[in-house]
Amino acid sequence: MSDVCIVGVGIHPFGRTDGVSGLDQGVFAVREAMKDAGVEWEDLQFAYGASDAAGNPDTMVDRLGLTGMQFINVRNGCAAGGSALFSAQMAIKSGEFELGLAVGFDKHPRGAFNAMPAEYNLPEWYGEAGYMITTQFFANKIMRYMHLNGISQTTLGRVAEKAFRNAVHAPHAWRREPVDIDTILNAPLVSDPYTKYMFCSPAEGGVALLLASEKKARELGKPLVRLKAATMRTRPPGSFEVFAPSVDIERGGSATNIASRDAFRLSGIGPEDISVAQLQDTEAGAEIMHMAENGFCKDGDQERWLAEGLTEIGGKLPVNTDGGCLACGEPIGASGLRQVYENVVQLRGDGGGRQVPNNPKTAYSHVYGAPGVSAVTILER
Amino acid sequence: MRPIAEGLFTDETSPRLVGGRNRETGRIVFPCPSGKDYEPYPLGRQGTIWSYTIQRYRPKSPPYAGPDDFRPWPVAYIELPGEVIVEGRLTNVEFDAIRIGMPVELTFMPLDPAKPDSVMIYAFQPIGDKQ
Repeated sequence: MSDVCIVGVGIHPFGRTDGVSGLDQGVFAVREAMKDAGVEWEDLQFAYGASDAAGNPDTMVDRLGLTGMQFINVRNGCAAGGSALFSAQMAIKSGEFELGLAVGFDKHPRGAFNAMPAEYNLPEWYGEAGYMITTQFFANKIMRYMHLNGISQTTLGRVAEKAFRNAVHAPHAWRREPVDIDTILNAPLVSDPYTKYMFCSPAEGGVALLLASEKKARELGKPLVRLKAATMRTRPPGSFEVFAPSVDIERGGSATNIASRDAFRLSGIGPEDISVAQLQDTEAGAEIMHMAENGFCKDGDQERWLAEGLTEIGGKLPVNTDGGCLACGEPIGASGLRQVYENVVQLRGDGGGRQVPNNPKTAYSHVYGAPGVSAVTILER
Repeated sequence: MRPIAEGLFTDETSPRLVGGRNRETGRIVFPCPSGKDYEPYPLGRQGTIWSYTIQRYRPKSPPYAGPDDFRPWPVAYIELPGEVIVEGRLTNVEFDAIRIGMPVELTFMPLDPAKPDSVMIYAFQPIGDKQ
């Protein structure tokens, strides 16, 4: 079967844009992507749109044109963008359509996400007692992981330092000032062992990706960036997830393990073949754990990988080349698509000051979120 | 005492947490889910710290029902041997003294210590460090 290709990408800068709705940031991204691909709104046959807190994506037809096109809204937690992309891919793979859109946008209030127990099928007391807090879970997860695998707080600091350093060269990033590691490590703790620089913040932004059949992509004359795999998976038994009043003593794998394994199987390549990776880094330790959960290194190897700079732009496996969630913030509906946007930029060689050297051929993206979902993509040029 | 929720603690002199035991698989979870698959299962009172962190900012209200005057508190996962790992606060312990593997036991504390009629929440404290 021929591949589905990404023929256009667009992004509205992440961060805070007062006075511009989440939807309008999505519309901006769509127009950028159409310009990039050289197509018009009338050419698009379908869309999948992801937004968690910024309204129904399909209402953007008001702004872009009432062509009668199919437009399906996707709400799937942190995997919303990945789910939209998967669905768009399948719409083309099935032979139903030749050209369509995956778009994601969001706009969250300042401060930590404010989840309610009922949304996660949890009793009210769990929230009243103060446990509906994502940062608590992330901190508990890394504390256990550090204990078992000999990861130091300095390594967490190195991840954050790299994120802000890379973001200097990413025009769409939010926090683009370098922060030195001493400042990161000595900043106030939010949830031990994480200081305030080691957590990303909820934010705003929009991303649009135009997908086409290989035949249509050739007609458009764009460099072929092939979507070799897009997987979205849920958790296995024994995983440790956000908002868990209890955990099984017998430990199991994670949604990430499954999404990653299946993406590699579908694409026919392995972790050692990946040139650049965007891994979910809602906090510094997430990048560390996800390096292993996605199969790029063994548990504990991250201590050396970070010390030796193996995940830097010029390293063996550059990770989060645009600064990731730590520097871009996390608009839930757009975040996973931002990773794919960044990978397309890297595969086209358009990364400027953050370009991965030696013409990267393959790129990997990964998101993880509540209540135990993960989405992975693998691109090839 | 007035528990934060009905059915969360057993009604005995030294209350225990009420988990749920899957009638078919024997899997133990906390709290006890509604429905017929799980039967109430009182959990052991002693365990060890599996992981922990310090909650250093006041959670948003709602849903948080604790006092406006916030002071950081530790929140941990406690492994109850042979049963399950449960999430809960730590109390009567210095933050710097908390270690993974530390033996702890179940205790109860007011959600708002300044209120005489505060609801009670469960917590864990180092063994041998009775109030």
